[in-house]
Amino acid sequence: MTLRFDIPEENFADILVKAFTNRSFLTGFAITIVVAAVAIVSFFWTPFDVTRLIIADKTQAPSPAHWFGTDHFGRDILSMIMVGARNSIAVALVAVGIGMGVGVPLGAFAAARGGIVDEAVMRLNDLVFAFPALLSAIMITAIFGPGALNAIIAIGIFNIPVFARVARAGTLAIWPREFILAARAAGKGKTLITLEHVLPNIVTLLLVQGTIQFALGILAEAGLSYVGLGTQPPMPSWGRMLFDAQTRMVAAPWMAIFPGMAIVVTVLGLNLLGDGIADILDPKSRRQR
Amino acid sequence: MKLWKTILTAAALVLSAGTSAFAARDLVIGITLEPPHLDPTAGAAAAIDEVLYANVFEGLTRIGPNGEVLPALAESWMISDDGKVYTFKLHTGVKFHDGTDFNADDVKFSLDRARADNSVNAQKGLFAAIDTVEVVDPATIKITLKNPQSSFLYNMGWGDAVIVAPETAATNKEKPVGTGPFRFQNWAKGSSITLIKSDTYWGAPVSLDKAEFRIVPDAAAAVPALLSGDIHAFPFFPDPDSVAQTKDDPRFKVVIGATEGETILSINNKKPPFDRLQVRQAISFALDRKAIIDGASAGLGVPIGSHMSPANKAYVDLTGLYPHNVEKAKELLKEAGLENGFKATLKLPPPPYARLGGEIIASQLRDVGIDLQIVPVEWAQWLDQVFTKKDYDLTIVSHTEPNDIDIYSRKDYYFNYDNPTFDKIIADLSLTSDEAKRMTLLGEAQKILADDAVVGFLYELPKAGVWDAKLEGFWENAPIQANDLTKVKWTE
Amino acid sequence: MTVYLLKRLAIALITLVLASMVVFAVLEIIPGDPARLMLGLNASADQVELLRNQMGLNAPLALRYLHWAGGLLSLDFGRSYTYSVPVIDLVRERVVVSLPLALIALALSTIIAIPVGLFSAGRHGRAGDTIAMGAAQLGVAVPNFWFALMLIYLFAVWLRLVPSGGFPGWSAGVWPALKSLILPAIALALPQAAILARVTRSALIEVLNEDYIRTARAKGLPFRAVLWRHALRNAMIPVLTILGLQFAFLLAGTIIIENVFYLPGLGRLVFQAITQRDLIVVESVVMLLVAAVIAVNLLVDLSYAVVDPRLRSRQ
Repeated sequence: MTLRFDIPEENFADILVKAFTNRSFLTGFAITIVVAAVAIVSFFWTPFDVTRLIIADKTQAPSPAHWFGTDHFGRDILSMIMVGARNSIAVALVAVGIGMGVGVPLGAFAAARGGIVDEAVMRLNDLVFAFPALLSAIMITAIFGPGALNAIIAIGIFNIPVFARVARAGTLAIWPREFILAARAAGKGKTLITLEHVLPNIVTLLLVQGTIQFALGILAEAGLSYVGLGTQPPMPSWGRMLFDAQTRMVAAPWMAIFPGMAIVVTVLGLNLLGDGIADILDPKSRRQR
Repeated sequence: MKLWKTILTAAALVLSAGTSAFAARDLVIGITLEPPHLDPTAGAAAAIDEVLYANVFEGLTRIGPNGEVLPALAESWMISDDGKVYTFKLHTGVKFHDGTDFNADDVKFSLDRARADNSVNAQKGLFAAIDTVEVVDPATIKITLKNPQSSFLYNMGWGDAVIVAPETAATNKEKPVGTGPFRFQNWAKGSSITLIKSDTYWGAPVSLDKAEFRIVPDAAAAVPALLSGDIHAFPFFPDPDSVAQTKDDPRFKVVIGATEGETILSINNKKPPFDRLQVRQAISFALDRKAIIDGASAGLGVPIGSHMSPANKAYVDLTGLYPHNVEKAKELLKEAGLENGFKATLKLPPPPYARLGGEIIASQLRDVGIDLQIVPVEWAQWLDQVFTKKDYDLTIVSHTEPNDIDIYSRKDYYFNYDNPTFDKIIADLSLTSDEAKRMTLLGEAQKILADDAVVGFLYELPKAGVWDAKLEGFWENAPIQANDLTKVKWTE
Repeated sequence: MTVYLLKRLAIALITLVLASMVVFAVLEIIPGDPARLMLGLNASADQVELLRNQMGLNAPLALRYLHWAGGLLSLDFGRSYTYSVPVIDLVRERVVVSLPLALIALALSTIIAIPVGLFSAGRHGRAGDTIAMGAAQLGVAVPNFWFALMLIYLFAVWLRLVPSGGFPGWSAGVWPALKSLILPAIALALPQAAILARVTRSALIEVLNEDYIRTARAKGLPFRAVLWRHALRNAMIPVLTILGLQFAFLLAGTIIIENVFYLPGLGRLVFQAITQRDLIVVESVVMLLVAAVIAVNLLVDLSYAVVDPRLRSRQ
């Protein structure tokens, strides 16, 4: 994913108009809102209680009572997908938070300071990048025990260099601008300039990268849970549901189909949203249209 | 469009060429765990016996399909009146797969090696009673015991007691050499182990020419491997609940047999609040065995009320002692001053019976106010944390060793259970050879364990075997963890 | 130029050394005792201690690291605890599965992605582009293990065209071996192809807006010729970069797919070794994969320098 570093200089109304005419953005936004809404609703209501196992109702096909059927413990799959959404979002969101929270200051700081500091931060980045993310996530969860929290940390660590790179590149592009030079001439310190001038200008870049990492986080959580190292029962998780489904593909294919679709739709929505935001805020893509 | 169809058909033809073309005397058999090495006398892993027992290696005696002791390399034996001297008459004309002859020297070597101080045999206890091993002549061996041991012939049938040759003992881990009807051909690590028929076998020849043990690590991979015909037989199917879906398929035979695996909810008896009888009894009342058996083993397991296989002669049915009763469980917790419930952890090893059963049990205990946090662990961690360090509250495990009720009397065993009355019974048992008296003692032992609710007794682990309907001769039960292929054949 | 090369090489080496320290340090805290695991439930403490000594688990940490790192350099990775064979033998057996798998997946991904990218860029903004890029979006969103599951049930269980998993080994013949790699390769390639198609398209579109392309078109060259002859060649730089990264990813990222298809590759080796606490194997394989990633990144960096003169002069 290549990102461009031009800063839009247009007013809010223009952006709004563009947003409402951008198909990617609209579709992505709609899907994301629906997924988020489902997750929020699950806090107050689900068709069935996902913590109660009713073995007598195991692996029932989709029916008017259970729209998506039931799993091997007789739990309602629709309800589990709803609660699972909450879990997926939470894991991915915190992982992005870790990545941004640590990576952005590192990247911006490295770009502002330059020299040795920049070099050190970038080498640290190289080090993290050298570890294939999934392999390391499996190692981390294997050492510290499987669970949602360790999955978050594992995914989060690998978000750090991503955001550090984006923040550094964005900062480097902005630093030579006139308004920065003016601020420096006025005697402002580097930290203050970074906070007041640089960060507001790279926020859109970070937003776009954020949605991409968010989508990747959801896939990563599903993958880790699928190999049994992510979210643990009884908390429902989409990856975990697929893990349970795989041995029962003949008897209960609905156990695999619906959670799989939930992942695809959610990730698709987020990616479309990210693309849309990039389109709207990127002057280059405007030129092509 | 037409072109596409032609191309697809052609592709399908090319692809399918050779998929189902196996010779009718070859067998591909699925196993879940890859053996760490191939020497049954140097490791506890059941996977070693699953491949090699009775196929490549033989002992003096062997254990039959229903747990009976049968002659193997020893064609007959005599036991002295005091029960201390066993004289085995060996088969003659037996050759190891490397061409060397088998005789009494090999027996002496194998047994002495297994019981030596520096032995890495995982079941040294099997040989503990042996005082001396003497070669009488090349076809006769005399074993003298320190004290009479009723299980000695059975012990000599274990995979850990097989006879190896001095020349090849050191290399058996990589290249096993035994006396059995199959000899080792190849081990593609992580993939498969292949055995082929031995032409020099002393006993009745086997029907199969080649047996490939393919390592299929979990049920998720085993189900499609069976359905697609890649694997012909899976005698120890890893997940009974998912094998149920092949039951209606005429291509397969699903056979549910008994094992010696008492599946239990182990409780750390020294750790509060589990040190209190009421709490343990409350757990027993809270367990709904039927739901656990239906959910974790497709309804195939047989409920147990104490630590004894229902197939055992000494079995006493104690399953009625703690019927599923949520109110009673809550009452007992209240008596123990825990009416508001409490939190605990449930550590689960990898097998499906534990992981599936654990989720169900956690849900059942939640109904009486016990909030369990599920902690999945790998076997290595389970052995370290639970078994060795006893750092656990509850765990689920199937104790697959036969006749192992004595584990509750072992000092420092991971249950942390200590009951002198029980210990006395077990001590008496080892000195008693009268069958009727033994039964009485074993009955009492079972009752004590049930009364004390030492652990939550769940069910006898079913052995779910599934194989091609055209195959016959597999063991239906699992008195020991082995895939004896000596009688297996294709019927067409 | 030489300075740039040397600097890159030095950085790669430093990263490698740091990574080896991280790997060793991290794995030493894995809980679990391999000796206890190998001997099983009924082993006594003495037996376990004996085995611990045999395996050298009681030596000081620093000594063990130096010994291990020195071994790595001479390709002596030590012996596997669980298999009791040299790790290098295990790696050699596994790499002939993982490497071909990664290469086939990479080839598949390229074969799918480049034409789709060209197609989309050529029809930029039109219906064909929208559909192709919609499909690519979908491809990125599908979890590969779920896709793999669907492939198994469709092609192995239902149509019985290919095996559902496992690997017969190359000794069983090239065709049977390849056949068992087809489904895993497809499952791996799809999301990569989707990403690559998107990158190819955007790179092409960017190039198409450059002045020299406009000039070429103004001279009357047909659009298709411009697209193939000029644009694609110039758009190859970012595409190759992504390809390089994807290769490293594929080599390492096959863990889940190798588990789904129970292929005896490096990914499954390391996954199994982690669960069995076979530290020596985990350390060695992880280091090998990390080294592969670093090497590929280095190559990508170097190819940048070769292709892009601006980068050379800036250093």
